[in-house]
Amino acid sequence: MVNTKVTLSGLTLDNPIIPASGTFGFGYEFADLYDINILGSISCKGTTKEPRFGNPTPRIAECTDGMINSVGLQNPGIDKVISEELPKLAKVYSKPVIANISGFSIEEYAYTCEKIDTHPQVGIIEVNISCPNVHNGGMSFGTNPDSAFEVTKAVKAVTKKPVYIKLSPNVTDITEIAKACEAAGADGISLINTLMGMRIDLKTRKPVIANKMGGFSGPAIFPVALRMVYQVFDAVKIPIIGMGGVSSARDVIEMMLAGASAVQVGAANLIDPFASKNIIEQLPEVMAKFGINSLEEIIGGSH
Amino acid sequence: MKQGIYSVLSNIKIAKNVYKMILSGDTSSITAPGQFVNIKLDGYYLRRPISICDYDESTITIIYTVVGQGTELMSKLEAYEKLDLLVGLGNGFDVSQSGDFPLLIGGGVGVPPLYSLCKKLIEKGASPSVILGFNTEDEVFAADEFKKLGVKTYVTTVDGSFGTNGFVTDAFPLVGDYTYFYTCGPIPMFKAVYGSAKTSGQFSFEERMGCGFGACMGCTCKTKYGNKRICKDGPVLVKEEIIW
Repeated sequence: MVNTKVTLSGLTLDNPIIPASGTFGFGYEFADLYDINILGSISCKGTTKEPRFGNPTPRIAECTDGMINSVGLQNPGIDKVISEELPKLAKVYSKPVIANISGFSIEEYAYTCEKIDTHPQVGIIEVNISCPNVHNGGMSFGTNPDSAFEVTKAVKAVTKKPVYIKLSPNVTDITEIAKACEAAGADGISLINTLMGMRIDLKTRKPVIANKMGGFSGPAIFPVALRMVYQVFDAVKIPIIGMGGVSSARDVIEMMLAGASAVQVGAANLIDPFASKNIIEQLPEVMAKFGINSLEEIIGGSH
Repeated sequence: MKQGIYSVLSNIKIAKNVYKMILSGDTSSITAPGQFVNIKLDGYYLRRPISICDYDESTITIIYTVVGQGTELMSKLEAYEKLDLLVGLGNGFDVSQSGDFPLLIGGGVGVPPLYSLCKKLIEKGASPSVILGFNTEDEVFAADEFKKLGVKTYVTTVDGSFGTNGFVTDAFPLVGDYTYFYTCGPIPMFKAVYGSAKTSGQFSFEERMGCGFGACMGCTCKTKYGNKRICKDGPVLVKEEIIW
């Protein structure tokens, strides 16, 4: 019997598989399809201080082995997330979850994180400083080591929960950002968010996406994500949640060998609503095939 | 919603750029006319959402227009090929609101979902009338199928090459009184129907989708009843909630 348990900042997960923020809502709608308690955890839909409609449609474009989204952090705002969404999730999911928080100023990040801090089901706060689809916020905090440091410090000051900072790949050197977050007290790093991309419609000769550009995700970005996880693993001592194009149990093991302590599955959930479940079910077989008894033992094993 | 592997039974051209495919497999997740399927195609990352034209215990009929490379590939599929489908997506039409004389208005590729709706309305004892709008004669399809159901069917073409010359609203005077309406088609047609219709009704919308089952928030629109995902809270919206 293989051991799929992993630990993130003192939190033990039955397996490292976590649906990524923005691809799984607040989880409860997937509970109609299968028992979501098999999931290691769930990273909830990105939440902001105020409710947000998000960007105009079209928000989606297809790519070879991937897709571009420009949803723009549509969410009901932190108050409704606490009063309506998380209670619905609690009815169908009994494990700790990851709250994914975004903001448009350092004060907003701190405000929203402080509000979620006392929620009993939130095990980890994942701070998104890498959303490519909003102006004057999101990614602008994650492309500069100084602002990444400031956001991390502000959030750490208002919560006792482990704080993971979700980083953007749209930077020259992601290790500099990761090191700044670690220096500011981050408990872990999530990477990568989507890569900035775009498509143009040949018939209209205009961008497919209303907001022109969006975040590119899917299997096509897996090698980029893997490379960045590998680099950040060498640069920091705190744990990494790896993500970016993960679509199979083999991808999960590859991500962990690069340095991830847990792995998020994103776009794959949108193509196949059973993707996370299938990966969890495949894991023991693939581990056995490659002589892995315990997943914890292989973290960073390729270095 | 259910995921499954479905076999192509037939796939034939029925009008210019328009194809009819019959698939066999589990249809138990279909709960209302106007729902759709989401089809995975080899070599394409996102699924193709296509409305369900008709269904029974073991088959699903879809009618689709070739609009890009994905649907082009679909049009070349042959009998016995297998497809991965998500089935029973969206809210579908609510037949309980129809009254005795509902009016069904379809434009182009918006026509197919009205077919199973028409059958359901007849089953419950209503007497629907149907207006089908197309650009030109070689795009006309499904008119005979509606007539075979025994309903009054009016066809309009923009160039006058078949049926009534003009838009679907030009056929409204031919229909007479109706108790409610159901419509699916392009946005300009929707606005014309919205402006001309004397009763309440339901509109089935189209939007570029990511997942098709409510997870990605890729197809959200604003309504008077709050934000709605076209794929999950729609595609059918009622007249009173629509913000143009």
